[in-house]
Amino acid sequence: MRPNRIPNLPRIRKERLRLTPHPAIELAGIDKSFGAVHANKNINLTVAKGSIHGIIGENGAGKSTLMSILYGFYQADRGEIRIDGKPVTIRDSQTAISSGIGMVHQHFMLVENFTVLENVMLGAEGGQLLAKGVAGARKELKRLETEYGLDVDPDAVIEELPVGKQQRVEILKALYRGAEILILDEPTGVLTPAEADHLFRILKVLRDQGKTILLITHKLREIMAITDEVSVMRRGEMVATRKTAETTVEELAELMVGRRVLLRVEKGEAQPGKVLLSVKNLTVKDSRGVTMVDDVSFDVREGEILGIAGVAGNGQSELLEAIAGIRKPTSGEILIDGQPVAGLDPARLRQIGLAHIPEDRHHMGLVLKFEEYENSVLGYHREPRYGRGALLDLDAIRKDAEEKIAKYDIRPPNPRLKTANFSGGNQQKIVVAREIERDPKMLIIGQPTRGVDIGAIEFIHRRIVEMRDAQKAVLLVSVELDEIRSLSDRIIVMFAGKVVGEKTPDAGEQALGLMMAGIAA
Amino acid sequence: MDYFDIFVSILGSTIRLSIPLIFTALAGLFSERAGIFDIGLEGKMLAAAFAAACLAYLSGSAWIGLLGGIGISIVFSLIHGFASITNRGNQIVSGVALNFIAAGLTIVLGQAWFSQGGRTPGLTGDARFAPIILPGVDFMREVPVIGPLYANVISGNNILTYLAFAAVPLSWWILYRTRFGLRLRAVGENPAAVDTAGISVAWLRYRALLVTGVLGGFAGAYLAIAQSAAFINNMSAGKGYIALAALIFAKWKPVPVMFACLLFGFLDAVANFMQGKSIPMIGEVPVQIFQALPYVLTCILLAGFIGIAHPPKAGGVPYVKER
Repeated sequence: MRPNRIPNLPRIRKERLRLTPHPAIELAGIDKSFGAVHANKNINLTVAKGSIHGIIGENGAGKSTLMSILYGFYQADRGEIRIDGKPVTIRDSQTAISSGIGMVHQHFMLVENFTVLENVMLGAEGGQLLAKGVAGARKELKRLETEYGLDVDPDAVIEELPVGKQQRVEILKALYRGAEILILDEPTGVLTPAEADHLFRILKVLRDQGKTILLITHKLREIMAITDEVSVMRRGEMVATRKTAETTVEELAELMVGRRVLLRVEKGEAQPGKVLLSVKNLTVKDSRGVTMVDDVSFDVREGEILGIAGVAGNGQSELLEAIAGIRKPTSGEILIDGQPVAGLDPARLRQIGLAHIPEDRHHMGLVLKFEEYENSVLGYHREPRYGRGALLDLDAIRKDAEEKIAKYDIRPPNPRLKTANFSGGNQQKIVVAREIERDPKMLIIGQPTRGVDIGAIEFIHRRIVEMRDAQKAVLLVSVELDEIRSLSDRIIVMFAGKVVGEKTPDAGEQALGLMMAGIAA
Repeated sequence: MDYFDIFVSILGSTIRLSIPLIFTALAGLFSERAGIFDIGLEGKMLAAAFAAACLAYLSGSAWIGLLGGIGISIVFSLIHGFASITNRGNQIVSGVALNFIAAGLTIVLGQAWFSQGGRTPGLTGDARFAPIILPGVDFMREVPVIGPLYANVISGNNILTYLAFAAVPLSWWILYRTRFGLRLRAVGENPAAVDTAGISVAWLRYRALLVTGVLGGFAGAYLAIAQSAAFINNMSAGKGYIALAALIFAKWKPVPVMFACLLFGFLDAVANFMQGKSIPMIGEVPVQIFQALPYVLTCILLAGFIGIAHPPKAGGVPYVKER
């Protein structure tokens, strides 16, 4: 028995859909402004039924706004949406759901202490009392599981599931509500390469069963690997649509940025010198007493970039924080230039010459409510050139900020602008400029380009390589395997708090992926 | 008096002192599980007590008094909702403001209307909820042990007492067995999940606050027209905060809420009993020690010594749609 309030019976709908000649989605002249920001300009888009259609663009290109309009989070100022040939007005998520649109958000919309079943039922309970709907929901989940290969235990609690499975719950939620069109927003950001492959297999099965999939991403590789067609957005406009088989990564990158982009990081041979940073048998426990970094040892030499690969949450963050002096190691040694530094505070470490670009610029790198020039000296504000005693020399600081803005092409070039009003890429440049321009001896970096667009990525990558060429020691942590492989001179892989092995950057992606999943060493 | 009699008498007053706590803590439970912190429980209770006493006096009917208490408590709840849901204000500030309003307004209006120093006139007869004598009390009284317990603890309470204990399993059932409960728990943990499932976050939270208002009304009415026979200045005397402590102590779960309230009621009863008495070997224990215990226990709990209390994740945070 099916719960009675679920819109659309998927099976019947599917048969009907195959017969109709209309595209799954047509957007005509969609226009949307937020105050002075023109987020979507006259967007036209046609998505064929039973296809995987990629939407690619830099941050702030308007992808998310467009998808939010399609899912009813916002209403377009102008324009028409046609689903299956019929014009629809999508006022809210409820109408989107009943029009057969399902969305898998970048940040999962799951209640973490609920079971899979409760999450799937939420909003489609099938009556005032839960008991009635539960049996039907179980049966329906079982059916979806066998039909699409989405195996998840319905009674598992979300917070105990790995992210890959949590994402499957999101897909199940959409399918349970009878979604014919599935929108996935940056779905692979939190997945291991193996999990991403699994997701792609699921998406292909869904497509072959007649579902239409919209994949929003900034990863060109994914677009090439899985989509049938791809549309490129730039500054609120839809600039091109291509058949994936007939385009190249280079063309797409150029369309996204509006100019030619170097996708590969150009760098010469590393000239490693003496060991500058040495970590020996380091163990770090978090506040709950769980061991996050487990007996980790490695060296970083002058003039080399050591990359640490791994899926998020395998101890890289805690390792970085321990080295940066933010978290106290439980045991083990950290040596800079042969001097033990474990337990020193970040200010002292900065004086020694350690610069830190933290993983999360919003929580650790910047005070978003501060003006740009204030953030540009944060952590270094005690230095004599920025003031004397308790007083800050604001003129000197602003002049300094202006120089960094010019050198790093931070936009808009206004040191008095509130930091929250800069785009992600420009915020990251503020942090990078602050840390690098200090001319440190060594640099530790977490996720240098998370949420940063291609143009800025290119810029930041070049800076990092310049640091290496200036004989600095660089420790790089990133969950983006491509980034690790293209920047690093040596790669170590972390899994469950341990270093599982070391590879050279020309090691295959699959070999590294297996290590990241803890399967191979 | 032998020890058993003392025990029975303390147990009896434990029940009487726990009832307003149970109603109030359950009121807080619905609000906080929906993601709205409610420090204004104290004010709701006080305002409801005043309204119940006034209307019961004017109408001569306890039931109309109860309705009045519920009404004013709902109004307070909705003001809190308007400030914190619709206008996304700070929930603590709004709650504290409502407490001040209740504390001030009850005295001013009481004095203006009845000129008895802020008290309302005493209630008699049907204007208050009288104790209900359960059948077989006379017969049971002769049975050892069980008899006195039945006669003095289980029987002889007013209707609101029994309703309070009925409200506990009912709240549990609503929270865990109904669609409303599922959505309410979800909205307190992750309102974005509720929103994207096509459910209105604001309407859901307002409905939770309506339930809070109703239960808060019961708590106030109990104070003024069941336990006492008039409204007295500041008669809630911090019970709203104790109930909040009980709610935290019970980790926001209905059945543990009842036990936490009984425990805190018991401590209060012991404090009353110990007044002016001395314990052998130790001497007279200041009654404040017992009065402080609920807060001390809650602090110990929050410090992580008795398991970990996880408040609803979205509690205190106004919901704003993200771009």
